[in-house]
Amino acid sequence: MAKYLLLKHYRGVPEMVPGTDAPMHEWTPDEISAHVAFMDDLIEELKATGRFVDAQALAPRGAFVRYDGEGRPPVTDGPFAETKDLIAGWMAIDVDSEDEAHAVAARLSSAPGQGARPLHEWIEVRPFLTDASEVTDGPI
Amino acid sequence: MSAPGGQVPEHLLRDLTPQVLGVLVRRGVDFAAAEDAVQEALVEAVRRWPESGVPDDPKGWLVTVAWRKHVDVVRSEAARRTREEKVSAEPPPGTAERSDDTLLLLSRCCHPALTAASAIALTLRAVGGLTTAQIAHAFLVPETTMAQRISRARRTVAEQTRAGTGFDTPGDVTAVLRVLYLMFDAGFSGKGAAGPDDIDPAAEAIRLTRQLLASVPDDCEVAGLLALMLLHHARRPARWRAPGELVPLDEQDRGLWDTRLVAEGVEILQRALARDRLGPYQAQAAIAALHDDARTADETDWPQILEWYDELVRLTPGDAVVALNRAVAVGHVDGARAGLAELHRLDPALPRYDAVGAHLHELAGETETAARLFVTAADAATSTPERTHLLRQAARLRARIR
Repeated sequence: MAKYLLLKHYRGVPEMVPGTDAPMHEWTPDEISAHVAFMDDLIEELKATGRFVDAQALAPRGAFVRYDGEGRPPVTDGPFAETKDLIAGWMAIDVDSEDEAHAVAARLSSAPGQGARPLHEWIEVRPFLTDASEVTDGPI
Repeated sequence: MSAPGGQVPEHLLRDLTPQVLGVLVRRGVDFAAAEDAVQEALVEAVRRWPESGVPDDPKGWLVTVAWRKHVDVVRSEAARRTREEKVSAEPPPGTAERSDDTLLLLSRCCHPALTAASAIALTLRAVGGLTTAQIAHAFLVPETTMAQRISRARRTVAEQTRAGTGFDTPGDVTAVLRVLYLMFDAGFSGKGAAGPDDIDPAAEAIRLTRQLLASVPDDCEVAGLLALMLLHHARRPARWRAPGELVPLDEQDRGLWDTRLVAEGVEILQRALARDRLGPYQAQAAIAALHDDARTADETDWPQILEWYDELVRLTPGDAVVALNRAVAVGHVDGARAGLAELHRLDPALPRYDAVGAHLHELAGETETAARLFVTAADAATSTPERTHLLRQAARLRARIR
């Protein structure tokens, strides 16, 4: 099994499929409910099939923070620039192959939006780096 | 003695845990050491009771065993340190003291030197009798993290107790109530227990507050807090339309409310109010009771609710959240404009400021402004259900504009 991180973005993804880029507050309340229900069902399904690890949504606000030397308060840079790639949330899954990870990402991306049409949302798929294996004949 | 061969009733052990712990702490045993001893006694009970049957005085049995375990530990430690130093740790008389130590224990666990998160975890562990794994699960952190949080909290309590700032006078009940309130609130924003191993912090908070009230029956604020919890808990079945979808008070199906809990909450509140020692929890419970009393949202007695908010402002001067909620009540009594005027006197950086503003602007018929503010409020929301709810509110108003 291999773990993958599926990232949803508020912005900073390739160009959206035309007609799917209306923000959620421009949908109808029922369309929002249907979207939320789809996500919950998908998580339940991934749990039931032993592939779910974790999922979390993120607030759109935040800041960059860095160390500024001993005894000094951390330096912050925020709020984020309008152009910043902005992550909306993640789902971690444990699956057999990269193909399967892509299939799950595509399911996520098919979540319904306006008019119950699939959102075709871009999902960033990132493999976890694993711990080193115990058994190896290679150079590392 | 009950017939052997039965299961050990888990709820009995959980109810007795704090009582037994309380007896040991009252006898001067260090808090962490007492907890270890009680845990060992519980293990012993689970091992022996199925064969021997539950003793007639299970609490006395547990106290005796826990005390013996503790004495063993003290003796072996003392023996290690010095052979001469004899610890006079004679077992006490057979039956346990009947005094209720719930408050003593809770005040140790809710010591102001602890953060709220640590106090809640320690309380659930030591007084609630839950396992570290259950608590970790409820707060979505790894078990090792929760174990560390609890043991650090124990150490802090032990240090405070040794330094003589241990904290077991009646005035400390305020700190205990705050922790129980936060425990309830932590659970209330969730969806309750889903699986058999899940615990529900809100239900635990109610159970502990009941125990506390039984031990200090004359404290009107303890009664007020219990009433507040029950009156809110009663609405829980109507609070979720689907998983993840929050239903606001004015849209809830009031037929789903638990009328038994409402009745109990109202009765406890009325008894407390009759004593004429008003405090903030009683005032909040009174507001909750007025909401619970309305058969439809339109029948809500806003003028009375506003009067209670005025009391609450008097009791908690400077509490911005109270002032924010009061602005909503003003909006319903004196009109949206008056509510907005109240709101604009507050700090716009307050949590839920924009959500309240959106609500009041909608009340004023300013749909477009309200929709815009609901979106802003959604971006500031701190939970996914709240965010989704606010986006739905914006969407509802947008649909009306189109």
